[in-house]
Amino acid sequence: MTIEEIQNELIDEFSMFEDWEERYQYMIDLGKDLPLIDEQYKTDNNIIKGCQSKVWVHAEMKNDKIEFTADSDAIITKGIIAILIRVFSNQSPKDIINAEMDFIDKIGLKEHLSPTRANGLVSMIKQLKMYAIAYQTQLK
Amino acid sequence: MFNVNSIRKDFPILSRKVNGKPLVYFDNAATSQTPQQVIDVIVDYYSNYNANIHRGVHTLSQEATDKYEAARQKIQKHFNAKHAHEIIFTSGTTHGINLVANGFASLLKKEDEIIVSALEHHSNIVPWQMLCERTGATLKVIPMNQEGELVMPEFDTLLSKNTKLVFVNHVSNALGTVNPIEYIIEKAHQVGAAVLIDGAQSCPHLKPDVQALDVDFYVASAHKMCGPTGEGMLYGKEKWLKKLPPYQGGGEMIAEVTFKKTTYADLPHKFEAGTPNICGGIAFGAAIDYMNSIGFEAIATYENELLAYATKKLLQIEGLKIYGTSKHKTSVVSFNLEGIHPYDVGTILDKMGIAVRTGHHCAQPIMDYFKIPGTVRASFAFYNTKEEIDSLIEGVKKAKMMLS
Repeated sequence: MTIEEIQNELIDEFSMFEDWEERYQYMIDLGKDLPLIDEQYKTDNNIIKGCQSKVWVHAEMKNDKIEFTADSDAIITKGIIAILIRVFSNQSPKDIINAEMDFIDKIGLKEHLSPTRANGLVSMIKQLKMYAIAYQTQLK
Repeated sequence: MFNVNSIRKDFPILSRKVNGKPLVYFDNAATSQTPQQVIDVIVDYYSNYNANIHRGVHTLSQEATDKYEAARQKIQKHFNAKHAHEIIFTSGTTHGINLVANGFASLLKKEDEIIVSALEHHSNIVPWQMLCERTGATLKVIPMNQEGELVMPEFDTLLSKNTKLVFVNHVSNALGTVNPIEYIIEKAHQVGAAVLIDGAQSCPHLKPDVQALDVDFYVASAHKMCGPTGEGMLYGKEKWLKKLPPYQGGGEMIAEVTFKKTTYADLPHKFEAGTPNICGGIAFGAAIDYMNSIGFEAIATYENELLAYATKKLLQIEGLKIYGTSKHKTSVVSFNLEGIHPYDVGTILDKMGIAVRTGHHCAQPIMDYFKIPGTVRASFAFYNTKEEIDSLIEGVKKAKMMLS
């Protein structure tokens, strides 16, 4: 699936919920289902700065596509990074770099988009795109 | 008579909604809300007599100067300082601490020692570390125990003839512990050390008497006492303020300037370089008036009730642990749910309109001591109610259900 298709799928899933409680519960469940990152990658180097909770992200290039794994010590944050990984993992660096992010607003998580928000959704997006830029340079 | 319902009407913000729910504001230890009486003073200042103070010959400047200096006298009276010029207006507690730390840089020698406590806010650790780096002096730390109290016998052993300064907060921001500052001041003075007390967290709850305490320096922030942000005060004994060199150079703090030499102004202006936060100072005075009109005894009695009620109710939630269990506490409850990150709890509470603080509360050494990433901190003010605490309890229960 393309990034846009996955985003539309997420918008569909989130549109079924009536209130914030159901939305957050789903996000928490997505976090719980996030495949665990290999313990060796939970290093300080892989921590995303700007979050009140700890978020580790590891990226690997496989067949010209980037595979992301991640973890967080806070479950809501883990849900947020799980959503981002579902959108970005196994995509080409170029598609990740060019991806629009307005689906966040559409799934009702706009409040997390403020750059000063302590959970650092903006920092997470930036970090994932930075990996993509780094791998893109390698491809060239 | 203390009547919380009529007090709440003084605070316009308390009637707003957050995320569709009535606001429950339990982040008072970070900043307190502002009553209409103080808001009116701010509006009046900018509507009627906004002007730069001191040296102005025109009417507005004179009016602003009079009100600003009247505010200084209100603060002097409130803290029972001997002289009005012992009150220095600052931008807040952090500014006051840095002013004193900077002043001591020229007075300290390599063998000197500074004592701080394990309960300090970063703003009362970092300036002293910087001072030690500059002077070669050594920083020593009074340890804490499991209740979140300072261990006084350990403090006794840290004191020596080399101790020049002791810096302790009156009340811990992260845990709410009220520290035995009377004992600390007395003991420190016995070895000839000066004492600075950080009153940021105590002044919203009690009324310190700086002469009775015999404290050398006492600092506070207006925004934690129903006043505006960017405003605070440093009390210093006259003899110390005369001894310390100025912190910043500029206008207002000088007596005479030539390119050969500048002589400094008398107290308090020696430490008040540049145009101050005039409106902030005047509003600080109004905030102190407001709090005194309610009365600090009534405030303490009511807040203790809220604290006892919240503590009892929270402890009924299984898996909830309170950090900071001293008998001597202000109305602050720092807690965690077992196995749940404080950030998650804070996020769910926010969705329910409840404002708490989560994280390390700028007191990482305390969190390291308890081996936790942070806590959820609910801090109560005299305008909070038991019904609001009930909402918090419901919120915590919901967070536990959703996050477990």
